Amino acid sequence: MTEKTFMAGFGGQGIISMGQAWIYAAMKEGLEVTFFPFYGAEKRGGVARASVIVSDHEIASPLVTKAHSVVVMSSDSLAIGEAVAGPKALLLVNSDLVKASPARSDIRVLRIPCNSLAEKIGDVKIANMVMMGALAEATGALKLDTIAKVFESFFPPSKHSFIPKNLQAVEAGRRAAREA
Amino acid sequence: MPEKVLMKGNEAIAEGALRAGCTAYFGYPITPQSELPAYMAKHMLPRHLTFVQAESEVAAINMVYGAAAAGARAMTSSSSPGVSLKQEGISYLCGADLPCVIVNVQRSGPGLGGISPAQGDYFQATRGGGHGDYYHIVLAPKDVQECADLTFEAFDLADKWRMPVMILADGLIGQMMEGVVLPPARDLASLPAKPWAVGHQGKSGRPFNHVSSINLVPDELEKSVNDRFERYKAIAESEVRSVSTNCDKADLILVGYGTSSRVAGGAMALAKAEGIELGLFRPTTLWPFPYAEIAEFAAKGKKFLCVEMSMGQMVEDVLLGVGMSGVSGDAAPVHFFGRLGGNIPNEDEVLAAAKDVLAGRSKPHRIGFADRSLGSGRNLGSNRSRGQ
Repeated sequence: MTEKTFMAGFGGQGIISMGQAWIYAAMKEGLEVTFFPFYGAEKRGGVARASVIVSDHEIASPLVTKAHSVVVMSSDSLAIGEAVAGPKALLLVNSDLVKASPARSDIRVLRIPCNSLAEKIGDVKIANMVMMGALAEATGALKLDTIAKVFESFFPPSKHSFIPKNLQAVEAGRRAAREA
Repeated sequence: MPEKVLMKGNEAIAEGALRAGCTAYFGYPITPQSELPAYMAKHMLPRHLTFVQAESEVAAINMVYGAAAAGARAMTSSSSPGVSLKQEGISYLCGADLPCVIVNVQRSGPGLGGISPAQGDYFQATRGGGHGDYYHIVLAPKDVQECADLTFEAFDLADKWRMPVMILADGLIGQMMEGVVLPPARDLASLPAKPWAVGHQGKSGRPFNHVSSINLVPDELEKSVNDRFERYKAIAESEVRSVSTNCDKADLILVGYGTSSRVAGGAMALAKAEGIELGLFRPTTLWPFPYAEIAEFAAKGKKFLCVEMSMGQMVEDVLLGVGMSGVSGDAAPVHFFGRLGGNIPNEDEVLAAAKDVLAGRSKPHRIGFADRSLGSGRNLGSNRSRGQ
């Protein structure tokens, strides 16, 4: 199993955090992982992008082209997400912010209302964790069955009070992916 | 087995250095290596180790000179334009036979260039980037694990051979995160003695030492450089490292280091899925370069495709290796595929370039701009196969 994922959104949406949480959880599930954030000169804003690969064998190129799955968190990252998506890729879009329909018809699209689900839990900042839950459910790449324990070592102790909401967000994302 | 931790390449270089016993770090921030000094600042100061954010790269490398002369395991890091600034100091360190570790997390050039990954500093790193006759060891990590392991080892190699050792990474290796098993930390008391170092002579009773690269007596200077080159010969005989994969089965061997070797590995897997056997040869030491290994492949009539994030630099070492084999260049042709300016080659375009070579659609790489098969000076740049 190798799951190559391309993640994109705008700076501040937690794209980089989502990628890091994804590979950290994967590493704890015993998988090989690699994560490359496209870094720019911006202090804030701009498009945040990351190449993320999890696999049960050694990973060659860390650069994701022909992605198996693509996460699009904002409307201005839809075009680049579609461009990187491989044949029959799975495209997960944050339907609260991405209103346009993808141009490509050969890919499977899952619309997840990440922002509104996160707001229902109490914090729009965890929209990225909603998406991570949906990504795990839709791809089957990660089980996330030990995610509660994984979060305890992923987040520094000063942030542990936020873990319950993050867990709810992951669960909400999984449910949304099942129902989508 | 110790637990895997998730780290950036830059952080793994820093932690590898600390575990090797680096007690003095001097640096200056520059993208894409700034996490390295940031990590050092965070972890060295609480341990009362020496961390200085210097006023410039030039100051930092000269502080390394001072700390290394005093016997410390000293280190600096930067990215391409910053490493250019350090070249005078690196020449002095080599001339004074001082061990240290220098990290270059390459970005695109020339000049200020861009901040994205590149491999355009190969010539500078492997040919003695400053003035005078010298070399130093150059190690090229391909992943976060090797960032930690090779940096850890770099300090030992530097002490063993009394010379700077450079870690030549690039922006992708520095910025990417992977799982890494860290080497156990060195006990400082176990590090080799440095009886040549300056300072500390107060209570030891040993004579004063003098560390310098200057010598105004031509015969003496000539002898010291000759002696150093004897050491280089010994290094070339004992420290060359490379990894070859599937090279016996394949007619065409992809050659790359660092990020390019990872991409080439991806192209090799894609080829395999199409029933095409490709080999992969990855030099881990860029100086000394594994010429003998290349020559051995050439003697077997293998073809080469060098993959680099540059206009073609390591490819010249591959051509030298083929030249040492005694077979003609036509019997073991060396091709080149490169992307640059911050562009990273992808596995599809490397595979396409490999297919071009196998189908005879691309011309071998020639050193210089004259395509000798067409006569001198014509078709400037036509030797740059782009795999189209």
